[in-house]
Amino acid sequence: MREGWLSLDPFVVAVVLAMAVLTYLTKVGGLWVLSRLEVSDRLEAGLSVLPGAIVIAILGPELASGGPSEWAAGIVVLAIAWRTENILLALCGGILAVVAFRGLV
Amino acid sequence: MAPSHDHTAPADSASDSAVRFSLEGVRVGFLTCIPVALGVAGYGVAFGVVANQAGLSVAEAALMSATVVAGASQLIAVELWADPLPVTAILVTTVAVNLRYSLMGAALERWFRHLSPAQVYGSLFLMADENWALTVRDLKTGSGRGAFLLGSGIAVWTFWVASTVLGVLAGGVIGDPARYGFDFILAAVFLALAADLWEGRSTFVPWLVALATALVASSVLPGRWYILLGGLAAAALEVIRYDA
Repeated sequence: MREGWLSLDPFVVAVVLAMAVLTYLTKVGGLWVLSRLEVSDRLEAGLSVLPGAIVIAILGPELASGGPSEWAAGIVVLAIAWRTENILLALCGGILAVVAFRGLV
Repeated sequence: MAPSHDHTAPADSASDSAVRFSLEGVRVGFLTCIPVALGVAGYGVAFGVVANQAGLSVAEAALMSATVVAGASQLIAVELWADPLPVTAILVTTVAVNLRYSLMGAALERWFRHLSPAQVYGSLFLMADENWALTVRDLKTGSGRGAFLLGSGIAVWTFWVASTVLGVLAGGVIGDPARYGFDFILAAVFLALAADLWEGRSTFVPWLVALATALVASSVLPGRWYILLGGLAAAALEVIRYDA
């Protein structure tokens, strides 16, 4: 277990700060570089699908390794997220659903 | 983008050149973004719970939210979290997921060129999807509020860090995750994230490619490289089929 809520592992801090620096560079890099180089619409189209595609690439194998309970609960999450656009509601609904479905199976 | 002698829309450039950086802009940005920031807090709580399950302390998770300020990449990082930390995979995926910010930042250039470097590069630290969208909407009206991104960013940052802390503390109280279905949280968070990122039918083919690539790659490759490969395959396809 963790030693405490306020513990800071130096290695973890280093990784987090590296993430922060790289993220900041992506945030300022566009204005700094792309405004001088002119990015093609083609490349822009490719970059714009990256976040969604990466999220799907995470979900695929994760859901494939689950079973009918997880899949059905996943549909519940999607349905609530779509209808309400409320992430907390979707999460709570999904968790209740997965517990319920696991009880049935 | 275009040099200043090449203004094709005179009305636009007239209002754009009136961009100022004022306290009033910060205030309006902050207040406009409060309802959106409440939605961001939903993800923050979820991120905190998942970060707790991954073994991060309150301080470590809060540090990540306070310095990275990019939700999807943070969630993916804690998804990859393991002992020992796969540092390369975490950093490469972070860059890949956040590359879109380069485009978003570049889109602000026509207004931000009137601000000082300190104002521009300070504001961009707090740029997230939500407050970027609000900022573009505001600047397009010709409001000239160059500080809107900073104000709305302060709202997002405050709620994001506070809700992260709340989530880690809640996650610490929960105990054995599987008993209450909490092992499903991460999948649920990413499903909700996918619902947010869905842009209609144009998203379907790239996502299908990402899914197929990830499923094949995860069965033949060690570690989590299938995540990056799935994303890159979809982006490559999008670049190739752009003319079609």
